[in-house]
Amino acid sequence: MSETLTRPARVALVGNPNSGKTALFNALTGSRQKVANYAGVTVERKEGHLTTAGGRAISVLDLPGTYSLRARSPDEAVTRDAVLGKLAGEQAPDVLVAVADATNLRLVLRLILELKAVGRPMVLALNMFDIAQRQGLRIDLEGLQRELGCPIVTTVATRRRGIAELVAEVDTLARTDMAGGQNRWREPTAAEIREAHREAQRLLKAYVRPPERPDTFTGKIDGVLLHPVGGLAILLGLLFVMFQAVFSWATPPADAIEAAFGALGGLAADNLPDGWLQSFLVDGLIAGLGAVMVFLPQILVLFFFIILLEDFGYMARAAFLMDRIMGGAGLHGRAFIPLLSSFACAIPGIMATRVIDNKRDRLTTILVAPLMTCSARIPVYTLIIAAFIPNQTVGGFLNLQGLVMFGLYAAGIFSALLVSFLTRRIFWRGAVEPFLMELPTYKVPSAESVFRNLLLRARIFMSRAGRIILPLNIIVWFLSVFPAPPPGATAPAIDYSLAGRLGHALAPLLAPIGFNWQMTVALIPGFAAREVAVAALGTVYAVGNAEADPGALATTLSQHWSLATALSFLAWYVFAPQCVSTLGVVKRETNSWLWPAVMFVYMTSAAYLASFIVYRVAVALGGG
Amino acid sequence: MLAEAIAPAATPAADAEGQLVRLSQTRPGDAGVIVDVRAESHPGDHGVGLEELQRRLLEFGFVEGAELEVLHEGAIRRDPIAVRLDNMRIALRRRDAEDVWVLLARGPTRRAQ
Repeated sequence: MSETLTRPARVALVGNPNSGKTALFNALTGSRQKVANYAGVTVERKEGHLTTAGGRAISVLDLPGTYSLRARSPDEAVTRDAVLGKLAGEQAPDVLVAVADATNLRLVLRLILELKAVGRPMVLALNMFDIAQRQGLRIDLEGLQRELGCPIVTTVATRRRGIAELVAEVDTLARTDMAGGQNRWREPTAAEIREAHREAQRLLKAYVRPPERPDTFTGKIDGVLLHPVGGLAILLGLLFVMFQAVFSWATPPADAIEAAFGALGGLAADNLPDGWLQSFLVDGLIAGLGAVMVFLPQILVLFFFIILLEDFGYMARAAFLMDRIMGGAGLHGRAFIPLLSSFACAIPGIMATRVIDNKRDRLTTILVAPLMTCSARIPVYTLIIAAFIPNQTVGGFLNLQGLVMFGLYAAGIFSALLVSFLTRRIFWRGAVEPFLMELPTYKVPSAESVFRNLLLRARIFMSRAGRIILPLNIIVWFLSVFPAPPPGATAPAIDYSLAGRLGHALAPLLAPIGFNWQMTVALIPGFAAREVAVAALGTVYAVGNAEADPGALATTLSQHWSLATALSFLAWYVFAPQCVSTLGVVKRETNSWLWPAVMFVYMTSAAYLASFIVYRVAVALGGG
Repeated sequence: MLAEAIAPAATPAADAEGQLVRLSQTRPGDAGVIVDVRAESHPGDHGVGLEELQRRLLEFGFVEGAELEVLHEGAIRRDPIAVRLDNMRIALRRRDAEDVWVLLARGPTRRAQ
């Protein structure tokens, strides 16, 4: 007894997707939330805390939404194991809170029957009760409560209604019945699922009167948004706006962040004596932190749209519209948004693959996401195009430089589709998972929930990506400055460093694709981020301030490289995994070094092959 | 195999009522009651096994007795489809809908193909 009163009571929220479970979690715990991963899996673990009116501490776990305790995805497996108290590193919950959309009870009633078999004390929260009332839906709470054998509380999570009552019920249950009953749950067979449906149907018939004014809003909107032609046009329009916003809204703050870190670096450089420490702080730590932070504006803008569309209920519709189109290449309809995001940056794109619940579909999407032409490739492409592609008009109205740029984007998209097609054929043959998805009713997103979610994404990115991207950038810095050049050295300092030596050592390997040793050396710091290669080329060719004035560097390059070499370099950048940050995020998201390794190997091989073909063909055509 | 799964039956509107069809062969506007959810089409082709697909369908509410109306279909090969199932809306691919048998109540938009 003393133990039960001193330790916090553990509560787990379980429910169907789209039942407002997360809104309820937010209403219960406010800002006292912590997000981490469950041990050993990449499923997000959201826990929050609250204190009851009587001073009792309660910890609340927001479990992934599910239709059944039979797990079909890693997320659902977490829900099942957490409910059953079998999850490694987690203790069984004292009280289950089943969260139900009061307007959509049929499926959740079946889930509740499954939950009852687990034998833990349970409260049913009938959420979105205001909508049910507005629709004239009548629920006999007394009767349902008696039949289900658990207390029922009506809630409107977005308006914090019924929260105190829910907490009071949880508190009472936690006080009286900490031991819980016997677990009788096991995987139901098809016949048992049918039986449970019949029982749910009986309960509905007996205790719920259908709405007098059912929601027609969703049907009307779907008539437009799911129209085979009009719907696709709207989707493309939306994406265009989103894409534009990622570039135009995010650029000023990203520039400001870059400038601020530049200024900070300058300040540190001015106030510290020259040497290792200064170099580490300025070029390693501050520049590395800047490299993490600079992604933040893009990530925030992108997730703003994603969260807004998800909360509105549109994301499932986008997946519906794109499913067949993406399916031809073996991709899931839901892969569309992450891949589109990857045009801005593969990092938020890979983070956004969380919306794909099937593991194989998600891995395929992660593997091809970096093939989308991200914004960090643009400085490299612009530099090479400006130096080697004549600014002339072809075919009457097409600008040749623009055409090459377009070709590079197209090459990225085409190869992404090809890779996912091959992955599907070679590794996961025949295993096309069923596609069954609820199209939730449309809801006006609440500003508070969007803001809270956005903050959460930012925090997750900063802590997770920061822990990987920053150290990797520091390693690249280390390789680029150590050892220091001998006194009286004439060549650029990078030549004497580990990166320089590595570049020289690798040069023979890259000679067949037309790369000289300067390029090979520049590729190594270029791993920190693709656009760093521009600055690195400036360093090895001793052109000062290459990033600010690419014109001078372009002139130098056009004197030193052949056209074939330049084209080969472009082909390299279409494929090469020239970004440790991406590899770091893949490691984070897949929780294994295997997938970043696979990505590195396949992308490097593809880059080498593409560059080899481009170089040889260009030489044969006289471009050498 | 896939083609036959996707091509809807060429059924004239007149005799649609009272007809038993696979959900995979329905068109928007078709409505009826689910009378059977089987586990028999394309074994080994769903990535998860037939029994599992059947259980997933059941869990999503594709269960005998449920009322269903086909609402929308995709632009390419009319796939996937969106259905109203009691008061929920669910999207699924035609290939996964083959074992759901529907007794049509009406078929106003059912056209000769």
